[in-house]
Amino acid sequence: MATATPTLPSAGPVAGSRSFISKLREGDEIARLVTFLFAASVVLITVLLVYELWINSALPRHKFGLHFFVTEVWDPVMDQFGALPFIYGTVVTSAVALCLAVPLGIGAAIFLAELAPPRVSDTLEFFIDLLAAVPSVIYGVLGVFIVVPLMRQVIYPALNKPFGFLPIFKGPSYGVGFLTAGIVLAIMLIPYIISVSREVLLSVPRDQREAALALGATRWESTWKVVVPFAKTGIMGSVFLALARALGETMAVTMVIGNTPQIAASLFAPGYSIAAVIANEFTEATGELYTQSLIALGLVLFLLTFVLNGLARLLIIVTTQKGSKVRA
Amino acid sequence: MKRTALLLAVVLFGCSLAVLAQSGLLINGAGATFPYPIYSKWFDVYHQKNSSINFNYQSLGSGAGIRQIIEGTVDFGATDGPMNDEQLKAFQDKRGTQILHFPTVLGADVPTYNIPGVSASLNFTPEALAGIFLGKITKWNDPAITGPNKGVNLPANDIIVVHRSDGSGTTYIWTDYLSKVSEEWKNKVGKGTSVNWPVGLGAKGNELVSGMVKGTPNSIGYVELIYAAQNNIPYGTVKNSEGSFVKADLASVSAAAAGASKDMPADFRVSITNAPGKTAYPISSFTWLLVPEKIQDAKKRDALKGFVKWMLTEGQGYAEALSYAKLPKEVIARELKVVDSIQ
Amino acid sequence: MNARLGWRKFVSNLMLTLTGVCAFVSVLILFFILGYLLFNGGTSINWAFFTQLPKPVGEVGGGMANAIVGSAKLLLAASLFGVPFGFLGGIYLAEFSGPKTASVVRYAADLLNGVPSIVIGIFAFSLVVLPFKQFSTLAGSFALGLMMIPITLRSTEEFLNAVPSVLREGAMALGASKWKTIATVIVPAAYRGILTAILLALARVAGETAPLLFTALGNRFWSPGWGQPTASLPVVIYNYAQSPYEDWHRQAWAAGLVLLGFILIVNILARTILSRGIAAPRS
Repeated sequence: MATATPTLPSAGPVAGSRSFISKLREGDEIARLVTFLFAASVVLITVLLVYELWINSALPRHKFGLHFFVTEVWDPVMDQFGALPFIYGTVVTSAVALCLAVPLGIGAAIFLAELAPPRVSDTLEFFIDLLAAVPSVIYGVLGVFIVVPLMRQVIYPALNKPFGFLPIFKGPSYGVGFLTAGIVLAIMLIPYIISVSREVLLSVPRDQREAALALGATRWESTWKVVVPFAKTGIMGSVFLALARALGETMAVTMVIGNTPQIAASLFAPGYSIAAVIANEFTEATGELYTQSLIALGLVLFLLTFVLNGLARLLIIVTTQKGSKVRA
Repeated sequence: MKRTALLLAVVLFGCSLAVLAQSGLLINGAGATFPYPIYSKWFDVYHQKNSSINFNYQSLGSGAGIRQIIEGTVDFGATDGPMNDEQLKAFQDKRGTQILHFPTVLGADVPTYNIPGVSASLNFTPEALAGIFLGKITKWNDPAITGPNKGVNLPANDIIVVHRSDGSGTTYIWTDYLSKVSEEWKNKVGKGTSVNWPVGLGAKGNELVSGMVKGTPNSIGYVELIYAAQNNIPYGTVKNSEGSFVKADLASVSAAAAGASKDMPADFRVSITNAPGKTAYPISSFTWLLVPEKIQDAKKRDALKGFVKWMLTEGQGYAEALSYAKLPKEVIARELKVVDSIQ
Repeated sequence: MNARLGWRKFVSNLMLTLTGVCAFVSVLILFFILGYLLFNGGTSINWAFFTQLPKPVGEVGGGMANAIVGSAKLLLAASLFGVPFGFLGGIYLAEFSGPKTASVVRYAADLLNGVPSIVIGIFAFSLVVLPFKQFSTLAGSFALGLMMIPITLRSTEEFLNAVPSVLREGAMALGASKWKTIATVIVPAAYRGILTAILLALARVAGETAPLLFTALGNRFWSPGWGQPTASLPVVIYNYAQSPYEDWHRQAWAAGLVLLGFILIVNILARTILSRGIAAPRS
């Protein structure tokens, strides 16, 4: 409703000289209330999620306490539940995945940020973003039909014959196992490492590179000895981000890890991860303790990814801000 | 303007999809993968005869079938390992009525394997099977295996054991048998739908175990007969309680059940593994549908009763084509009486 | 001196070539995946695949019509649930809220974004399936919608904030109220970025399998309405690919091709919409 003398509209939440009623009539207060409700619901749902996880995992907490984390046994018949084999499997597959994905990812990021002309860099980044969009179940299918036979026919013989005396390469080949899951995970992590590292590297101010080159460094030396160390924290952030993603990966891992709750030194052995055991056993867990133990595992996973994501964000922000500070 | 029109079109399309997909009464069930081939055939045939009724069966494993019927998220369950007393009580407490077990067909767990160069049917003794699954027999050319298989060239390769990773009635049957024939197995592992396996890889459902065995050289697993047969994976004979090596088929499975129908308990929960009889296959079992005694929804109740009756009469005719044995006549007669008690 | 320099130059060229190899290998993976799916799935895509229901176990033939429709319904309902929360919540953050509330909401959204999808499945099971004693499309949509909220919320906030203040001030100078400014000036100016975010969120949840395992379950037939279990492409792919039946493998490849094709097309669409409009602000 336009008034005769135009008044300045109120600047948001600060109370203006107009009454509540007139603000309401103009719809601003309603808009504010409605959008606030939706925003608040997001917070409420998140709180509810954490609350439900906590409450519904009370039984194993009371029964096993901290022993839950160090018990290796997962025996639904005897009602003995321990998280150790799953934590081990999750950690090992993620570690293997990072070992494979980080060098490849950072190498590619360096190429995209430092060497490739902007158009090539953007086109390649476009494709890499598409790679990040491929769903987990498809990686799983490719894992089952390509990586598993490859493991059995090529990778296992190549590693076991010469290095079979090492504990990590001992034992028979099942095709599935920690290493297979690690390889499939690595392929899934590469796009994340590349895109974040590339952004971080791009945010390093040009002066740094130019100073190095002016002092007689080769392109590689300027990149490896000056730019990358400058962006080190951010790149670490990208690794943490990728790690957080790897921990929560369910489908691809379930299909190739072997579904055996055990702790084994060999990378060729079958294992289990937290996400995989929940996916396999949740619909059939009879008995409160069994179900709640699975939920407790979910809580553990959630906490791990929460911490990692937080750290990652911090590291990335620190690096990109450092870049802009130096520039100024 | 264009955008709102687009949005509206999308929403309308979505609603029309929902309406399009309207197709009568849907009855949801979940459970055993053991009888999944025959159940999916039955539900398909039944739907063709009664086009307004759909039985949606999800083969998630017996464990899931038991859990979900107790929770009440499905209308019926299915299992090859009968519910134990604790689970019966849980159902009673949670749902306020009893759960009824209805045997549907007879099937068999067979030891299926993939040994490069071996296509013959191997003979397995109970000691060999227990030893393999306990992890004590680790190579294919172990005397316990080569002994009854003279003439077969068994390689010196490591045995890869495949078992179920999910709660499974097929596992229940297998471990029930092993507990009867091996004292060590009984004490160390025991029987159940989910056990603490000493060795081996886990795969979900009969489907994935067969898939894994089919694709993994030197592996051995246990699956329901039809899965090995349909997928052309070799499976062996097992020595029964009277000393004969018997291969699982309609006759040997029916022989195992022959003695059971006389002593069948009122609730139909019975184990027929290691049954007496010269021609009996020792790892046979009934498989059951789990139906609540009281069903509130009248339409669902009538549909379920109708199906169970059909299954016990006409449905039995489809079983043999899929290598499941028909139920003994006495058992069918008793079940038909129990169906009428569903309210 | 020259020899040392020569060596350093050689190392430099070698390492830089290696990084190029890394980049091209990474991109090659994408094309390999596409090619493999096309090769194995392309031959299996036929009219039957899109229009028929699955056949009984072990029989050859049939299709995935119910899974395709099921996925479509799930995504539609997920968007109807997730987008309003993300969109309106984002408006609140950008236009109305004070800094403290904003950081709380942002934090919650980031937390939600980081929750592994299997844990979202557990949450949806306890909240929607158990109380109603029913596996349903709605439960699945709830889980998927939850996953769409954080992306939509953060992007809406970002793109609204990126709208030049000139537009804002101009509208206010003309006497428009705040909500009118938002609805008729600011949102339309930012719509490209917001639409992109919604499409990207949609593409992300389209491939999610884990949350559907405990919520939408599965269905061999059509799923009437919204309150019954439903088949969905990712779950069917998961089940078929690991089965021993060759025919199911064939169908899994075809389904994988359809699913990936859909996701990639939506992604490409989203990015081209964005590049034609306002450039995304670097966060």
